[in-house]
Amino acid sequence: MNTIITLSVLGMITMIIGVSNKKDILLPVVFMGLLVALVFSSLEWGHSNHYFNNMLVVDNFSTVFSTLMIFGTFLIFLIARHYFRSFEKPMEDVYSVLLFSLVGAITITMMGNLTMFFVGLEIMSVSLYILAGSKKTSPSSNEAAMKYFLMGAFSTGILLFGITLIYGTTGTFDLFEIGKWTIENKDSVPLVFKAGIILILVAMAFKVGAVPFHFWVPDVYHGSPTLVTAYMATVAKIAGLAAFYRLFSMCFSNLQDFWGPIVWVLSFGSILLGNLAALHQSHVKRMLAYSSIAHTGYILMGFINFNNFTTGALFYYSAAYLLSTIGAFVVLMLVREDIKTGTVDAFNGLMKKNKFLSIAMIIFLLSLTGIPPLAGFMAKFNIFTTALENRFIWLTITAILGSAISVAYYFKIIIAMLLKVGSETKVILSARTKVLLVILVLMIIAIGVFPDLFLQLI
Amino acid sequence: MEGTQEIIKVIPINYYLIFCTILFCIGVLGVLVKRNALVIFMSIEMMLNSVNLLLVAFSVYRGDPSGQIFVFFVMVVAAAEVAVGLAILVMTYRTTHSIDVNLLTRLKG
Repeated sequence: MNTIITLSVLGMITMIIGVSNKKDILLPVVFMGLLVALVFSSLEWGHSNHYFNNMLVVDNFSTVFSTLMIFGTFLIFLIARHYFRSFEKPMEDVYSVLLFSLVGAITITMMGNLTMFFVGLEIMSVSLYILAGSKKTSPSSNEAAMKYFLMGAFSTGILLFGITLIYGTTGTFDLFEIGKWTIENKDSVPLVFKAGIILILVAMAFKVGAVPFHFWVPDVYHGSPTLVTAYMATVAKIAGLAAFYRLFSMCFSNLQDFWGPIVWVLSFGSILLGNLAALHQSHVKRMLAYSSIAHTGYILMGFINFNNFTTGALFYYSAAYLLSTIGAFVVLMLVREDIKTGTVDAFNGLMKKNKFLSIAMIIFLLSLTGIPPLAGFMAKFNIFTTALENRFIWLTITAILGSAISVAYYFKIIIAMLLKVGSETKVILSARTKVLLVILVLMIIAIGVFPDLFLQLI
Repeated sequence: MEGTQEIIKVIPINYYLIFCTILFCIGVLGVLVKRNALVIFMSIEMMLNSVNLLLVAFSVYRGDPSGQIFVFFVMVVAAAEVAVGLAILVMTYRTTHSIDVNLLTRLKG
């Protein structure tokens, strides 16, 4: 709860600082505020609190996910000054909207009521529509914002209809009450309730970008400013998946026979199509967009069976994915500065230009592929184990095949860095970006080597 | 207030459900078929308003006010969404001089 208050106040303070035009203290204040929020959030670990008649329920699940998301936002802000350095204005609008979006993301991981689910999801999404179009003069940013807005608003309508149908049958918005209702009426669930579940499932698949509702993802990720894309692909996506998991494990876990096969199909399609489509992309942002669709598929594999180990595996996967993806986007931002293209050619000969940067990028890509001892390997291992334990053999085989395919496109970048000849321009890193890359690399290795620390957090 | 609830209850709940589903489907069709961004916005509003109507009907039939409170949340969020959406529309119009969504084909893979 303190986390939400801190971050909301921080967003407003950021705006005020921007208006008073004190450019120098803007980012330090944001960092301080995020650190305070991080402390508040981690202090809540181990405690379980209910706020406003179960509107918000703080438990270990919400605490670890919100801490992870605040940390991810912190990492994204570390690169912000570098990204916006050519702009004269302080960019306080982008920063504050980013913080408000984080507030929404945290709200939906803490939800205890469908009202909070809806409001939090909208706080997050509406902020993201603005962020996607924050490069006002660029036609591709405008187009991304327009597409994202239309798809987002459409899925909101579907979600609301689903919530209404569930309210109509159960008579309550409270997640615990709905969960109780499904136990009492397990054998005689009306059709309207089932329709509600399907509509919510479709809307959430839209929001997290799972196949077959993924078509907006590549365009929006491609057109948005890279900093925003990094945020969307990591924090916003993880928030959506966490809320999805929380909703279905709290309310509908007794009806798994009904919606399990649908999630199976979503997961299967995302893994297969995400990886296959990424093979044909020459544009790195689009490639990462398709790879994020594939990773959504892997995370959806964890929805098959709800227990503490699955929750741990899901969190572990989210953490590994967040760190590696932010890393890949940061390196892309740094490399694109000098060459001004977003294709794989931008990475040509990076090894000669800057060894540190290219080794960091290799670690991020290997972690995304899932090569031991990096975080991505244990993450995939845990998720695949849970799927195999529940006899989802074909899904696991597809997932392993998908990982094998993913080697091809991730290594395209690595080969370009190591073997191809690029331009002579040097890539110079500031101290702040170096710190950011070192943190990311160390954390990816640490999480991969000591997985138990993270698996037992929930 | 008591009288209003009685009037609402004159029509059976299933009729509300069918009516709102039809309204919702018209909204969905509008989003999928129309090319003009403004008309798509209107269709999305129609989807949200069909939800509002259904929420109120359910709320009255159950004698539970929380459904009507939810309607306020939906209205607020819809207003915020349309504000942002129209801003994006104006911004897009400045660069492309059109509000036809089929012309947005710059981003392709």
